[in-house]
Amino acid sequence: MAQASAQRVEKNEAGEVAIQLLGVNKWYGEFHVLRDINLSVDRGERIVICGPSGSGKSTLIRCINRLEEHQSGQIIVDGNELTNDLKRIDEVRREVGMVFQHFNLFPHLTVLENCTLAPIWVRKMSKADAEAAAMKYLTRVKIPEQANKYPGQLSGGQQQRVAIARSLCMNPKIMLFDEPTSALDPEMIKEVLEVMVDLAQSGMTMICVTHEMGFARQVANRVIFMDQGQIIEQNSPVEFFNNPKSERTKLFLSQILH
Amino acid sequence: MTDVPSPQGWVRSEDAPRLPAPPNTTGPVGWMLTNLFSSPMNSVLTILGASFVIWIAWGVIDWALIRGVFTGEDREACVAVPNSGACWPYVWAKFHQFVYGFYPFDQRWRVNICFIVGAVTLATMAMPSLPYKKWNALFLLVVYPLMTFVLLTGGNLNLSSATIYFITGALLFSALVVPIAAFGIEEGIQRNKLALILAGIAVAIWLVSLFVSMPEINAFGGFISVATLINLLLLTAAAVLSIGHRASTRDIAARSALLGWVGAVSAIIAVLVLVTADFGLVQVETQQWGGLLVTLVVAVTGIVAALPLGILLALGRRSKMVVVRLFSIVFIEVWRGVPLITVLFMASIMLPLFLPEGTNFDKLLRALVGTALFSAAYMAETVRGGLQAIPRGQYEAAQALGLSYWRMMNLIVLPQALKIVIPGIVNAFISLFKDTTLVLIIGLFDLLGIINASFSDPKWVSPQTGTTGYFVAALMFWVFCFAMSRYSLFMERRLATGHKRRGI
Ligand SMILES: Nc1ncnc2c1ncn2[C@@H]1O[C@H](COP(=O)(O)OP(=O)(O)OP(=O)(O)O)[C@@H](O)[C@H]1O
Ligand SMILES: [Mg+2]
Repeated sequence: MAQASAQRVEKNEAGEVAIQLLGVNKWYGEFHVLRDINLSVDRGERIVICGPSGSGKSTLIRCINRLEEHQSGQIIVDGNELTNDLKRIDEVRREVGMVFQHFNLFPHLTVLENCTLAPIWVRKMSKADAEAAAMKYLTRVKIPEQANKYPGQLSGGQQQRVAIARSLCMNPKIMLFDEPTSALDPEMIKEVLEVMVDLAQSGMTMICVTHEMGFARQVANRVIFMDQGQIIEQNSPVEFFNNPKSERTKLFLSQILH
Repeated sequence: MTDVPSPQGWVRSEDAPRLPAPPNTTGPVGWMLTNLFSSPMNSVLTILGASFVIWIAWGVIDWALIRGVFTGEDREACVAVPNSGACWPYVWAKFHQFVYGFYPFDQRWRVNICFIVGAVTLATMAMPSLPYKKWNALFLLVVYPLMTFVLLTGGNLNLSSATIYFITGALLFSALVVPIAAFGIEEGIQRNKLALILAGIAVAIWLVSLFVSMPEINAFGGFISVATLINLLLLTAAAVLSIGHRASTRDIAARSALLGWVGAVSAIIAVLVLVTADFGLVQVETQQWGGLLVTLVVAVTGIVAALPLGILLALGRRSKMVVVRLFSIVFIEVWRGVPLITVLFMASIMLPLFLPEGTNFDKLLRALVGTALFSAAYMAETVRGGLQAIPRGQYEAAQALGLSYWRMMNLIVLPQALKIVIPGIVNAFISLFKDTTLVLIIGLFDLLGIINASFSDPKWVSPQTGTTGYFVAALMFWVFCFAMSRYSLFMERRLATGHKRRGI
């Protein structure tokens, strides 16, 4: 309750800052996964996070929509501070879409039902409106013809595009991507990246955990390198790739760029 | 003509012809050759198995039909024939008793209506192609139980004043939920502290009054204990406080919480009015019920109550809230650790101790509560198995979309989890159906019990009476259980093709 007064403070700046992390720390038991994370993301900004496996990238973006709890520091998303207050968590989740590595589509529902579920139950849209919106986004990710199939009947790339459309149907202000292409075959990666580039160009605020450096160069405003739970380096993509400052970044880049 | 392919640079010049499948792989003969006589070992097993089946079937047919006695007025018919088989006249004579027990003869139409309406609505519910599932389910789960209750017992329930006070208290108490539903747990409690304290005092007094006898005074046309009177006053105050300023607010959540509560309370009162109303039906004590009627009443109630309770317990056991989890674990483990017979004994002896004095509780009702809770504990573990099979990603995707806990469970997790455990659920139903025979222990006559009891009728004592009776009992149980089993297979296949279609 001590922080209650601080909860709405950031709302004034909400026009500018979409996400703010202040001195965030998180532990899994004794293991310190996130160490003193400070990060501010402006509206419309596109951020790519990379780093070695186990460095805490997933944990970091999962904290942003409270799929994981942080233990100290502040996370303020769209003017709402994430605490145990369920109402505020719901508010944040309504505005933040998330795309997972393994798609996590609902296998018992058709593609269309996957897309309309949350708008109907969370946004209280009418079924007809929700379906119209869903078809709009399915067209945008170029698979309107699959609307009545079940996820299991689609290829991996198509499934991931459905997952993106499903998030977009909630009309989120912020999109989080956790390695959206790393479970896909090379020829499918391209179709998913195209959709993400399109989304980036529309001005969506995005945080992507990915190792697709081409994508980072093309759309990112900023690339963040994490290692062992800390942000080691952040810079514009050009600087980051051409002129990495820290030794760890250099080592990492030499490994993934061959 | 195709050339012999050389390793490189060969191109097919003609398509290979499409030929029919070789003979003896299709049709009934083909089926037998591939499935029954595919190898010497398989052939031997087929012949041995077939001989055994024929031997058993012959034994049954010989006993039941060939040597069976079909007509007669009393035991003489069956005793007269030497080396006779099944004594069917006994079954014809007693069949009504097997079905209705000692339900009064001229009132059996009431049972018949319940049977017929139940069978028809259940059948229309079970057929996936028929429409109006929602209304059908509503009828089966709300209207039908009430109708059955009124028809079978005669309604016109006589509630003791203690029961009425208890129900009134509980209804008033439930008003405390309104602010919590409207404003969330924390704020709901904050805003309603005084009412909560009053209700807490009332509960404390009630608990004390269970063990300490209180003075009684004359009021409301009868004697009422001081404790009850104080409690009702306290709870009324609490309810008024809880609802009070909520009624005037314009907040939609508060309004709908209030309306929801009013609706629920009205529904409960409507039910009470219905079961206490006089429809001019003759009262039939549950002691007079018996046979298939009791078996079905116990089994169906158990089945209908076990599934929702089991789901709640399974969710509770996986809950993050320690109190809820602990309660679920203790509940499940206690009930699972006790044999059903013990549960039934306890239900008929211990349960009345926990209820306010003067509440008279029907023996059948006690057995119903016992079996329902018992099977709920088993059901909970079955459902939990299904819940565990749902990957964490499904929960996370649902949460990330902003679905609340109950929506996530209802829309995403349970539909998938329950589909997985259909075989387990039906298994539990079947075993519950057969376990109903144990109510004999507390003096209720189910199908098996009544058949057993009929053996002692001197009019029908014969060497074959027992065998025939048990044969009929086995046959009737088997028909019901086999039907459930087939239906579950049907549903499984229907839903599984869905899965296969989806390639998951
Ligand atoms: N639920 C958990 N309990 C305990 N430790 C965990 C849990 N989840 C993750 N970890 C640990 O936290 C660390 C960071 O995990 P995280 O998934 O955030 O890494 P990552 O950077 O996303 O890695 P990758 O590139 O492999 O996905 C890892 O060492 C991991 O083993
Ligand atoms: Mg990860």
